[in-house]
Amino acid sequence: MSARPDVSSARPGSLRFILKMAWRDSRASRRRLFLFSLSIVLGVAALVAIGSVGENLRTAIDREARGLLGADLEVSSRSKLTPEAETFLQGLGGRQALELSFPSMVVFPSAGGQTRLVTLRGMEGAYPFYGSFLTNPPEAAARIAAGEAVVVVEETLLSQFGLKPGDPVKLGTGTFTLAGGLQKIPGDSTGLTAMSPRVIMPLAQLESAGLTGAGSLVRHRSFFQFPEGFPVDRQVRELKSQFRELKLNTDTVAERKRGLGRAVESVDAFLSLVGFIALFLGAIGVASAMHVYVRQKLVTVAVLRCLGASSWQGFAVYLVQGLGIGIAGAALGTALGVALQQGLPWVAKRWLPFDVDFAISWAQVAQGFTAGVVICVLFTLLPLLAVRRVTPLSALRSSLGEGAGRPDPLRWLIWLLIGAAVTGFAIQQTPRWEVGLGFVAALILAFAVLTALARLTAWAARKFFPARAPYVWRQGVANLHRPQNRTVLLLLSLGLGTFLIVTMALTRATLLAQISGTGSGDRPNLLFFDIQQDQIEQLEKTLEEEKTPLLVKAPIVTMKLSRYKDRPVAEVAKDNSLNLPGWSLRREYRCTFRSTLTSTEKVTAGTFTPTVEPDTSPVPISMEQGLAREMQLGLGDALEFDVQGVTLKAVITSLREVEWRRMEPNFFILFPEGVLEGAPNFYVAATRTDNSSDSARIQQAVVSALPNVSAIDLGLVLETLDEIFSRVQLVVQLMALFTVFTGIIVLAGAVMGGRYQRLRETVLLRTLGASRKQLIWIQMVEYAILGLLGAVVGCALAVVANIALARWVFETAPVLEPVTLLLATLVVTAITLCTGWLANRSITDHPPLEILREET
Amino acid sequence: MIDQPMLQVEGLTKSYAATGREPLTVLKAVDFSLAAGDSLAIVGPSGSGKTTLLGLCAGLDRPSDGTVSIAGISIGGLTEDGRAAVRNAHVGFVFQNFQLIPTLTALENVMVPLELRGEGGPAREADAQALLDRVGLGERSGHYPIQLSGGEQQRVALARAFINQPKILFCDEPTGNLDGDTAHRIVDLIFGLNREKGTTLVLVTHDSELAARCGRTIRLKNGSVVKEAAPAA
Repeated sequence: MSARPDVSSARPGSLRFILKMAWRDSRASRRRLFLFSLSIVLGVAALVAIGSVGENLRTAIDREARGLLGADLEVSSRSKLTPEAETFLQGLGGRQALELSFPSMVVFPSAGGQTRLVTLRGMEGAYPFYGSFLTNPPEAAARIAAGEAVVVVEETLLSQFGLKPGDPVKLGTGTFTLAGGLQKIPGDSTGLTAMSPRVIMPLAQLESAGLTGAGSLVRHRSFFQFPEGFPVDRQVRELKSQFRELKLNTDTVAERKRGLGRAVESVDAFLSLVGFIALFLGAIGVASAMHVYVRQKLVTVAVLRCLGASSWQGFAVYLVQGLGIGIAGAALGTALGVALQQGLPWVAKRWLPFDVDFAISWAQVAQGFTAGVVICVLFTLLPLLAVRRVTPLSALRSSLGEGAGRPDPLRWLIWLLIGAAVTGFAIQQTPRWEVGLGFVAALILAFAVLTALARLTAWAARKFFPARAPYVWRQGVANLHRPQNRTVLLLLSLGLGTFLIVTMALTRATLLAQISGTGSGDRPNLLFFDIQQDQIEQLEKTLEEEKTPLLVKAPIVTMKLSRYKDRPVAEVAKDNSLNLPGWSLRREYRCTFRSTLTSTEKVTAGTFTPTVEPDTSPVPISMEQGLAREMQLGLGDALEFDVQGVTLKAVITSLREVEWRRMEPNFFILFPEGVLEGAPNFYVAATRTDNSSDSARIQQAVVSALPNVSAIDLGLVLETLDEIFSRVQLVVQLMALFTVFTGIIVLAGAVMGGRYQRLRETVLLRTLGASRKQLIWIQMVEYAILGLLGAVVGCALAVVANIALARWVFETAPVLEPVTLLLATLVVTAITLCTGWLANRSITDHPPLEILREET
Repeated sequence: MIDQPMLQVEGLTKSYAATGREPLTVLKAVDFSLAAGDSLAIVGPSGSGKTTLLGLCAGLDRPSDGTVSIAGISIGGLTEDGRAAVRNAHVGFVFQNFQLIPTLTALENVMVPLELRGEGGPAREADAQALLDRVGLGERSGHYPIQLSGGEQQRVALARAFINQPKILFCDEPTGNLDGDTAHRIVDLIFGLNREKGTTLVLVTHDSELAARCGRTIRLKNGSVVKEAAPAA
């Protein structure tokens, strides 16, 4: 005789019971649970802030797409348009405007005659048709449009040289009045113009300065405004097909929008992924803390099971607590993210060619919040699974704990869900799915390396630590390998954060060293270009007078490729089977001729021919190996060039490796002496100055003597690059700091978790007579080792990453700054020690019984 | 109408698999039955299988063989959650270590079995308060376990055991952690409440005096019943 029980009798109040029990059970642990939740705050904050800024940028791009270009269509060319092309463009109708731009030297007489290389833009017409041309004072823009003999100068130069409206500005042979500072004009990002500031003047005034068409770097631009519904794309296709030989570049509103959108998405994706690492790390921290927490709750669960709670109810009580941690952390993170977003504009604004309204993006807030809760709950589920298997019998026999032995299929399911969530997030954040998968793979690799190192450390601590070492040392080191140690978790979080920050610092040092050419004090640092054939002697003379002899002088002959391996270039260009880059066939090659190699190049294949007889054919030439690879050319291959109307046959007899990053005159194709001497050419030259005042003086002397010659001061370029890099580095470091701070919170959580775990042991040691100093020492030994290892491993990974980046991405020698490495190691270790000490201090400061009463 | 046993145990056996060896049998074919209101003491030396038998009777573990019926419900075929529901409906527990939930007050601890059924609320809170009054802790209902002495904690545990008006009460060494005087007061309470509520009582004890107050005694040795006796008159 048997009857079925009314199993449902426990159900009506199930949810209420679960919520009530979860709340009541959390009473003694709320501070601890809150600390757990902090682990994900920074990750969520990063996601929300970055996502919102990205969203704001996309909205602004959509809204201001036309204003970005300033026109519906821009057609640009490096050479003057043919009459047929001009007729075609005029036939397009609408409103039109013209612009000529080229690099030029500007002299500021009111600033003691100081000079600066600028991009000079001569404008004619009502450009910009959309967006604003903003100047300070505002009427300066109108004076340009009216064609007055005035210039508008990049506002940063005004403050740099102490200029004010009304001051004279010398350009070429003319002197103009400074109308005001340039604040904004469509079409350019101020980030891009930092290297070469803009000076704007009416196009008609360019001629009066004798600058029109000088040199070889003139850019012709035509702007168009069309009525609504005008078929811009069709006309662009028509223009390109009719005038293929002019190599026209076009830009439309749609293209600009796509390009900017892609750029925003790429930066957004990179930063989001770094933010996601912080969230991921935080979630691991939550899981680890919950693991310890749940173990302490097993008896409570067993009692509840004895009193009639189902396994689901027991599980749900702690799942609700986990969910609460996720929601609290995600909510705090979201709030912090929104606050951060308000602070980010100052970083982004300077680099944007348009205004962005930094409004809260609720979609991004929701996405960041959801990502935080989902990741947190998924990771919390792992330790919570144990609760389902708590047998009520363990209320009678405490040694039983959770049901062990059988593998839990749900555990695999949760790992699968975590994998899917992480991969899904990465793919969603990155522009291409391969990149997302690559990120996940890299993440797994970094975690695997750090985990393996952590395990190795724990193993080594157990195996090799001397048994006769002082007790506090032995106890501290033993904490690294004892059950439920924190070695893996802490090495992961500290190592990953250190890795990101130090990699950025080392990469910065490597790039700056590469550009400045550290270690060689005699390299040229002042470059002159656009020197006409009849000006080179005058330049040499001027420099001699200034006691800075010319160090480099390279004649440049422009030419185009006419035959590629005995086939006409036009035919080769149509041959899709070759898959050659179009630019390599179309470009205007600027070649030089000399009999020696410079310090920035070396022959990697074949033999360099220094000189030839004037009538040699084919001429033995040397090609840069990268270009040869792209053009599928090798030793012995034949080329034919059109040197301004004269055909010249050549054969490749050597390949060179060129160190392009050294800012010295370098060339793709090098001719021997003997054949090009008679061709029309111009020169680039370089010298070295010891300081910026010498540099300014020499530039001033050269510009006075040769107005069309431009100069680049590498010291100034370095300064600008350093500033750009500092800003990029600041953003990336901010993100990496999120990871490090997450690491610290995780550390504090782990220390708190461990504190409960080791409470009885500490109290026992205290009862047995351990002094406060001894207890602190034991903890400090453990944290010092963990902090030191995390920092060292992070630095080691950063060094490897820097070497890899230097070798394969920047193609230069890596710079390993020992001071940065040492500083990172010391700071990370110190932070770990402080966090450990702060989290543990109450245990060592109070009587044992008091602690037991409070903590249980 | 035939009286239905409140607890019926037939051929109850518990074995544990041991790697490379014969299974270890800790309880061998135990049979007994108890009518409503009966009391039974399970005695025997340490390791004789007393706690295992109690756990199996209460549905805290699955037997290797044999059956257990509580209030006419055979719990062998039930799932974990099914057995939990039976415990919630019909069973009360008193543990040697009191096993109060440290994060709940005395009153909240007593209320847990009711809240599991969805029967919280002021009326039932008054019942819980009345039970606490009955065990002499009416003034301490808002205190946490850590603020109570061992004897007081065990009295709260007793109130919790009786709050759902169980048909059967299982006690595991209820006085094992208490001093003599306190133990006497707890035992008096257990038997007093047992009589008042008409509950069937099963208790595991080393204390022969306590065992003697039960209607029946089962003595275990090496997992087998070596002696079953009614109390001396």
